[in-house]
Amino acid sequence: MKTENQKAWLFVLPVLFLVAFNALVPMMTVVNYSVQETFGNNQFFWQGLDWFEQILRSDRFHAALGRQFLFTATILAIEVPLGIIIALSMPRQGIWVSVCLVLMALPMLIPWNVVGAMWNIFALPKIGMLGYFMNDVLGVSYDMTQDPLAAWITVVAMDVWHWTSLVVLLCYAGLMSIPDAYYQAAKIDGASAWSVFRHIQLPKMKTVLTIAVLLRFMDSFNIYTEPFVLTGGGPGNSTTLLSIDLVKIALGQFDLGPAAAMSLIYFAITLLVSWVFYTLMTKDDRR
Amino acid sequence: MIELKNVSKRVGKVVHIKPTTLRLEAGQFNVLLGATGSGKTSLIKLIAGLDPLASGRIILDGQDVTRLNTQKRNISLVHQFFVNYPHMTVFENIASPLRVAGMAKSEIESRVEEAAGLLQLVPVLMRRPHELSGGQQQRTALARAIAKESRAVFLDEPLANLDYKLREELREQLPELFSDRGCVVVYATSEPEEALLFGGNAALMNDGHVTQFGPTADIYRNPDNLTAARIFSNPPINAVGVVKKGAQAHLECGACWGLEGAAARLPDGKYTMAVRAHRVLPMRTGNADVALNGRVIVTELSGSESSAHFQLGSNAWVSLAGGVHPYSVGENHTFYMNPCHCRYFAPDGRRAV
Repeated sequence: MKTENQKAWLFVLPVLFLVAFNALVPMMTVVNYSVQETFGNNQFFWQGLDWFEQILRSDRFHAALGRQFLFTATILAIEVPLGIIIALSMPRQGIWVSVCLVLMALPMLIPWNVVGAMWNIFALPKIGMLGYFMNDVLGVSYDMTQDPLAAWITVVAMDVWHWTSLVVLLCYAGLMSIPDAYYQAAKIDGASAWSVFRHIQLPKMKTVLTIAVLLRFMDSFNIYTEPFVLTGGGPGNSTTLLSIDLVKIALGQFDLGPAAAMSLIYFAITLLVSWVFYTLMTKDDRR
Repeated sequence: MIELKNVSKRVGKVVHIKPTTLRLEAGQFNVLLGATGSGKTSLIKLIAGLDPLASGRIILDGQDVTRLNTQKRNISLVHQFFVNYPHMTVFENIASPLRVAGMAKSEIESRVEEAAGLLQLVPVLMRRPHELSGGQQQRTALARAIAKESRAVFLDEPLANLDYKLREELREQLPELFSDRGCVVVYATSEPEEALLFGGNAALMNDGHVTQFGPTADIYRNPDNLTAARIFSNPPINAVGVVKKGAQAHLECGACWGLEGAAARLPDGKYTMAVRAHRVLPMRTGNADVALNGRVIVTELSGSESSAHFQLGSNAWVSLAGGVHPYSVGENHTFYMNPCHCRYFAPDGRRAV
């Protein structure tokens, strides 16, 4: 006879404890803030869904969200194809493999705020190498502290420099897992280089590419440190992405209620878009 | 017909294929038989044009294709792994080489249907490879080779990754599939049984070298060197040192027998005697039999056959007999062999008689 008892729950407790402290409790604190108003002194007043309504109607939020989507779409449109191209042109064997892998991994090993500081100095007019080169050698007016377009280009270039390697490494791993037999079969069939890419390499890379796109989406959508150090959201509000705006509201203005409501909306959007991406990209497999 | 003239392959200073001359005929199976790493796949890749030659020439149906690109040679290759385009349906997979060749749509459809019919793929034509069983995936690869109607088809251990039942099934079907197609079929395998089953010609490979080539059954009966005898034998052939003195052969354990004919005329000295396991039996079958009393080390019972490994002096012997025989491991048992089944090889491995 099978005896049933509730001892198994004991084994779940440690994980429950961990998850509670690193996710549930902070999350619930945010939920708590989002429905209340505080003026300090630990005094709270019930506010209901007012903050949510206010955020969703605010032009400032719409603008930041628009910039955020534009930024993420731009870097995905550059990093994914570029990553695939670099992965395809990397050597498959020999000593250069490890050289390439190390070179690729380097940008990702640098702390985020250092990346921001590096690019800041690099791009400053007069002082920075890039700034000097653009303005004084090429004669192109380039000043990311004044010109919103220059600031945008610099932020995008920095992200591409920092994170394309991730796409490259994932794609390269996918490519390396394709047995030679596939390439031989294609050669015997007389398939062109494009066909090999379209019918062998791309389908075989699909799983890792899905992961790469998801990771890059989530990371870029939540990006804070690098643009904050590089431009601080300026000039004006031109590079104020969602998270920068959020920190401005929460810590700059100390509006905890609206900031908490905005965090939850932000979180919901990230979750929703990730889910849509994932569903679209794995549609074929589940059919 | 494919003719290889002194074909060889080198990677750096390492010789992968020693100069090889072969004539592979159409209308029958040409089996490359050898252990893993003996150079079967290397040789196939050379003939297919996937690897560069170090020397020699390849003639395909009278045309020198040595310098011709792989895709222009009009050949097909079926691998040990199931290689199909992952996101294409079975139909598209079979049709892909025809599409590349720019064939008309109606022609493609009829060819795919014919090949799919032969390989029982009609019900799964619209599925993708990952929705198929291993057997169906490999049949798709075979169908692609058949639909292409190429001049030469290379099958590189195509059944190795299939389970037992499917392997038996496809093995019986294969000769039929390619019988009237007029193409050269080259089949690489490491299993002697497969070679015997397909008949045709066999090339025995060892260490990048074809040790013997000819009609399969002839090679099996009369291997012209010890390596060939070893390759073409499962269970392993018994190869034991003998000393010839006058008209008698002496084993290390003291057993001896009289030699007749050409064997008797060999100069005296040391030879290696080889006899297949199924010629060493646990009971006497005739007066000429030589008795071998050895200690049984391992026994295997495979349904209708019993095999025993026994130690006799410094040599390990194998006996394979029909029916169930009660051996007890660790105890001595007498086995018998008729010396007329023995083949004698010189110390350099070449056949002496």
